[in-house]
Order: sequence, then C-alpha cells, then structure tokens
Amino acid sequence: MKIILRITRSEGDGVSRDADYALEVDPTASILDALLRVKDEQDGTLSFRRSCGHGVCGSDAMRIAGVERLACKTLVRDVAAAENAVVTVAPLAHLPVQRDLMVDQGRFFERYRSVSPFLVARAPAGPAETEQTPKERAAFDDATSCILCASCWSACPVLDQDAAYLGPAALVSAARFVFDSRDAGLPPRRAVLDDPHGAWGCENHFTCTRVCPREIKVTKNINALKRALKP
Amino acid sequence: MSGEFDALIVGAGGAGLYAALEASDAARQAAGGRPPRTAVLSKLLPMRSHTGAAQGGIGAALGNVEEDRPEWHAFDTVKGGDYLVDQGAAALLAEDAVRAVYDLEHRGLAFSRTDSGRIDQRRFGGHTRNFGEAPVKRSCYAADRTGHQILQTLYQQCIKNGVEFFDEWSVVDVILEGRRCGGVVALQLATGELHVFRARAVLFATGGFGRMFRVTSNAHANTGDGPAVLARRGVPLQDMEFYQFHPTGIRGLGILITEAVRGEGGILRNRQGERFMERYAPTLRDLAPRDMIARAIVSEIKSGNGMRGDGAIDDWVLLETAHLGRDVLEKKLPDITGFSRTYLGVDPVQAPIPVQPTAHYAMGGIPTDMDGRVVADAAGGTYEGLYAAGECACVSVHGANRLGTNSLVDLVVFGRRAGRHMARYVEGAGPAPAASEPEGQIRSTVERLRDGARGANAAALRSEMESTMMEGVGIFRNEQDLARAEQRMGELRGRWHEVRARDTSWRFNTELVGLLELRNLLDLSLLTAAAARRRTESRGAHARDDFPRRDDTRWLQHSLAWLHDGAVAFDSRPVDISTWAPKPRVY
Repeated sequence: MKIILRITRSEGDGVSRDADYALEVDPTASILDALLRVKDEQDGTLSFRRSCGHGVCGSDAMRIAGVERLACKTLVRDVAAAENAVVTVAPLAHLPVQRDLMVDQGRFFERYRSVSPFLVARAPAGPAETEQTPKERAAFDDATSCILCASCWSACPVLDQDAAYLGPAALVSAARFVFDSRDAGLPPRRAVLDDPHGAWGCENHFTCTRVCPREIKVTKNINALKRALKP
Repeated sequence: MSGEFDALIVGAGGAGLYAALEASDAARQAAGGRPPRTAVLSKLLPMRSHTGAAQGGIGAALGNVEEDRPEWHAFDTVKGGDYLVDQGAAALLAEDAVRAVYDLEHRGLAFSRTDSGRIDQRRFGGHTRNFGEAPVKRSCYAADRTGHQILQTLYQQCIKNGVEFFDEWSVVDVILEGRRCGGVVALQLATGELHVFRARAVLFATGGFGRMFRVTSNAHANTGDGPAVLARRGVPLQDMEFYQFHPTGIRGLGILITEAVRGEGGILRNRQGERFMERYAPTLRDLAPRDMIARAIVSEIKSGNGMRGDGAIDDWVLLETAHLGRDVLEKKLPDITGFSRTYLGVDPVQAPIPVQPTAHYAMGGIPTDMDGRVVADAAGGTYEGLYAAGECACVSVHGANRLGTNSLVDLVVFGRRAGRHMARYVEGAGPAPAASEPEGQIRSTVERLRDGARGANAAALRSEMESTMMEGVGIFRNEQDLARAEQRMGELRGRWHEVRARDTSWRFNTELVGLLELRNLLDLSLLTAAAARRRTESRGAHARDDFPRRDDTRWLQHSLAWLHDGAVAFDSRPVDISTWAPKPRVY
C-alpha cells in the first residue's frame, strides 16, 4: 500500500519542519523498514537510531501517529488505515533533539543512574547462588523487562511541569531492586525516591503504562514504591 | 579530544562489560599505586548492544534439576563443534561456566527459579547427559530474556564500579607498531570527528557480523567492525568459513525464535505434519545441534516438504508450540510469543510458528589464546597489548558449530579472563607506542566519503552483498557458488571506493557510519567466502555438496586468513584434541 510518512525534521537548532515521503510498503512491514527505505532510496540525510530491529534494544523509540512506540515493533497496518494514509513520525518529547528523530538521552540515563540501579546485596554471597523462591522472583519480574527506550519519559505529563522529576523508567528500575528479596531495598535509595521529584512526583496519569512497548505496568510499580515509602 | 588510557575496551556487550568489570575491580584493589584508567568505547548508547537479544539461556553444569557434570558439557561442546574445538579451552569453558553463573547471580541477575529457590535449568540443543545419552537440563535462564538480563546486570555493575564510557564512538582503525598495540582511532557520531585513543592495552569485543547475509537474526549494528579493522592491519582471522544458521528464524524476517522453545518441548514439522527430525537425529531429534537442524530444514524444503511445497529456498516449516500450553508460552517464553503475535499475527498458544533458518553466529573471528591475547601467526605467537573476546573472537570453543547457550558462556568466561589479563598486563607495560598521525589514513577515506561528489549507490551494493552471501555462502555450499561469491566480493569491494555519502554534514551522520560499516562487512564477506572455498570437506556448519564428508586427515586444523589488498592468504593452526579422539558425529 502507499503511505506518506510525515517526518518532523530538524538540525537540532530548535527549528523544525515537516517533510513528506511517499512510499509503497507492505502493510506488514514495520515503520522502521519504511524509515530505512526512505533513507536508502529518497534521503540519505534522514537521521534516526536503530539496532536490533525487533523491539528488544530500545534504540528506535519515537512518536508515531502521535504516540510513543518503537518503530521496529510498529507495523504499517497498525497506524495506516487506508491507501495514502499520512503517518506522522516525530522525535521523543522532553529531551533535546540532536537531529531529526535522534534525541539526547543523557538526562534520561542520568536519572536512571541516580537510583543506584544495581544489586545492593542484603547479605554476603555464599559459594553457590543466593536462593530466591519463584514467588520472591515474581515480585519484581515485571520491572526487569525495561529496555530504557524512554517512551515513558516522553509520554509523561508530569515532565511538562517538573523537569526535575525522576521519571517513570528510573522509578521502575528502582522498583526492580527495591522488591528483589536479595537486595537491601529502600534504605540505599530512600533519599532519591522519597522526594517530591521522586516517587511522589507521579500523578497517576497512566500514560507511561499505556505507551510502554514492553507492557510494563509502570504506574503500578511506582505506586508500589509509594506504599513502601510510607512509614 | 585525544585520550590516554591504560585499558581500552571496544564494545559494550557482554564480553566488553565483563572485561571492564574485571579491569575496574583490579583498579579498586590496586593498593597504593595509580589505578589503571579503563574506558569502554561503544558505537551504541548504553544497553543497546546485541547481547541483550540473546534469549534462551546460559549453559552451566550446576546440576540443579538433574545430574550434570562440567566434563559432559565440555564433551558436548567438542562434539557439537565437530571436533574443531580446542579441547583444553572447552574444558575451561565448562568448568568456569559454573562459577560464572553464580557470579552473575551474585551481581543481581534475576534467573528463573526452581520451587526450592535454586536457579532453574532447561534443555537445549546438543547438551546431553553422560556423553550423548539423552538431553540434559543445563541451560540457566531468565524466561527468554537471558541476554537482556546479562547486559543489564553487567552495565549496572559497571555503573557501580564507576567505569568510564564513551558512547556512540565507532572504531575505525587500530594502532599497531609491529606486534604491539598502541590504541585505536574512533569516529564520534555527534561531531563526525576522528580521535586517537592511545592505550597500553586494547580489547576488541565488537560482536558478530550477521549483517553480511540477507536473512539474519543480527542487529543492524552487527557489522564486524573489530575483526575488519584488525584484518586490514594484517591481523589474521581464524575459521571464518564457519558461520552458523539458526534453524528457527521467523519466516521472512529472520527474527530469532529461541531453541528454548524446543527445549521446552516444541516440535518441528513439515507439510505432511511429520516430525522430520526423527529421521535426521533419532536420539536428540528436535534438540540436535543447530547446524544439523538447519540442514534438515533446507533438505525438507528442497525435496518439496516445505509448507508451500515448491522447493524454493524461501519456503518454510512449522514449529509446533500449542501443546506447551499458555502458561509455559507466556511465562517461560514471553518474548518469542510476543514476536510471533506482533510480526506474524500468529498466536503460538493456538497455531504453529512458520520458521526458516536465519544467519546467526560467527564461530570464527579474531584468534586468541585462553587469556584473550590475539594470535598473530600459525605458530601461536601473540600481539602485545591486543585482546579480543566474545563473538568477534575465536578461542576456539565453538569449533565448526556452536552449541546453544555457549555464546553467553563464552562472553562471561573469556570476557572476564581477558579483562583480568589485561589489568595485569598494563601494570608492567610501558607507555603506548606513539605512532605519528595514526588517523591520517582513515581521515582521507572519511573525507572522500563525504566530499559531496555523486557516487555509487551504497544500498544496491549492500543488497548485492547480502544476496550473494545468502545464496553462495549459506547452509549448503559448493565450489562453483563459492568461486562466484569470492569473485563478486572482490568486485563489490572495488565498487565501495566509488560510494559517497549523500549526507555531507559532520553532526550525527549515520549514513557515513553506515558506509564504513558496509566496508567492514564486505571485507569479512570476502574472507568468509574465500575460507569456505578453500576448505574442501564438510564439518559442522560448513557443508559442501561437492565434499560431503569430514576429512580429518587433511582438515582437522584451524584456518588462518589474511587480507592482503585484494587477495586472501591462508595458513593453518593445529586443533587441541588432547582429551577426546575425533569420532563420527551422530545424535
């Protein structure tokens, strides 16, 4: 089918323009396939990130038809209903644009690092594995799926108002360790989480949960943190 | 910016990160003296590396679920690799795998668990009890996201250790003065600038190069930058003819469907509904090694037993999953269940997944010893201060065909050993040799690529390379196809010099990086085709129609291939067969 990709392009200088690219694509092709074809066949300067191509590396999150998605995991038929459909493609929000669909994720990764996203062992390890029941393991399973694509960061309305907010992904990463039975949990992370810009910044808009390409129950994880923080 | 480092690691996948952890641990332990300055260079952003796409598990003889021994794991690795595996290295791999899995767990990796709280284990192809008797549960896993967990855990530990990262820098050249490495030249994506990173020791951990092929499970980033850069500077590459096709890629797309599906009980069927692996591997059936299953699928397809039945190479077979039940599919295999639903509209809970082989893993690569030191010649002499680990390296623990789960074992076992050796080496090493203007040669290449002239179409070149490799250097090979592929790669390499970037900017020029990556793939394609043509036998993943038998008298040896301008020169190295004498490989 024929579609028109309407791509928000920019040189990272704050000035952006929409450029249209018409192409013939299979409805089951991904938006990443379509972008790669535009780059190969129409405009070599079109800039975007990609790597694994099947939704596990997190490189190609962008706003497609107004919603945060991974380009490789979004099929043309998911966003183009009819022949000659216009599909808008724009960079993630709340991060400075570097060029076209590439955004500077420095701030996003900084917040991630700030929650001590690594195991702080509760007890010294023995010679074999530290035991953990399937139930204990299940308690933080959802949070382990995060690929740090920054879709939630872009979609979160709190970040429109509060640029210092930790953001959903960093909070999910905190939850991943706080609820791990092997980890020391809240104490090493309380200062950063128990803060108006930490877990309490979340206003339960659920937009993060709706856009998460890994289907993580982001808001639920944040609310679990809030409950754990209450004295 | 021009940096001076003690240990520089190129690549931020499993091998590179593990090496960085070891080197930074050593730094923290260095009492008194100046701690070594370690940095990791990656062409991607954090945690985008392809280790994260590994699904099924990491093999280690923990014996948590049933009896197992490292010796059995080592034997399976040797037999799986069709006896081209160095047996001392395989023994080390299998023994150290146990420690490595515990270490990953201690560092936070969230393995799936048994009811008693131990690390759970499941079956995988070619992994057996008591030297081939029956499949054994050896693969330690985290659902079908084991690689994702390893990548995250190692990166998180690097944050904890304060490892320094340079993100989105592509390595474009290496500084070699004789047999001493002095650093690398790298291109920064953000600025388009070339910089010299001088270092006393450099570890290449740049991963695979499946992007040579049309249908592949590999990421766009898997372009073999490390091996290609070294090959152009006179470093030999080993066993390049051995490239693994994974039997179960999603039809048409090549996206990986983990072997763990068959480990959990999934069954391959042809258009007659026949469980055809019973004919090819009566004991292990659907859990035979990958090379055998990939060949079996192609044989079924060629004889008209594919689902379409026309014998065409793009036909497919079915992977039956519904009998595993929703619980197993959604809890133990959630990602592949999702891939099938997303990309095919097929729900594995109800219907079988259409699959065909997909280019997956390079057994060959940069030759190293067991400490990751890069080998320079047939006698086993090594470079000083030059290391490699992970898929880009060839120890060799995979021989002619890698067993499932052993790639992750390789990363953590040999990434760690290389990092540890490197940390020791830099303590005693003198300053990096100071070549004058090491970036000169690559600078003129980059300037030509972005001089704004109209050039050859790079997309067409890439597409020709992919088809030529897929058709001529694929699962079944012969002299005629290989000769044509080798010649074609010569021509395409010539045409690459006429290619130009249409994007002439300095900032975030992803097209320019893509052209440099294409050059790497073309060089490695040539080496692969030439090495496959030279080896006139069939062994593991290298199957020749015109030489269908393994020939231990002539070919029980590793190949070494040097890239000399347009030609490829060869030599060979002996294989360590000190424990198990080669036997016919039946399953």
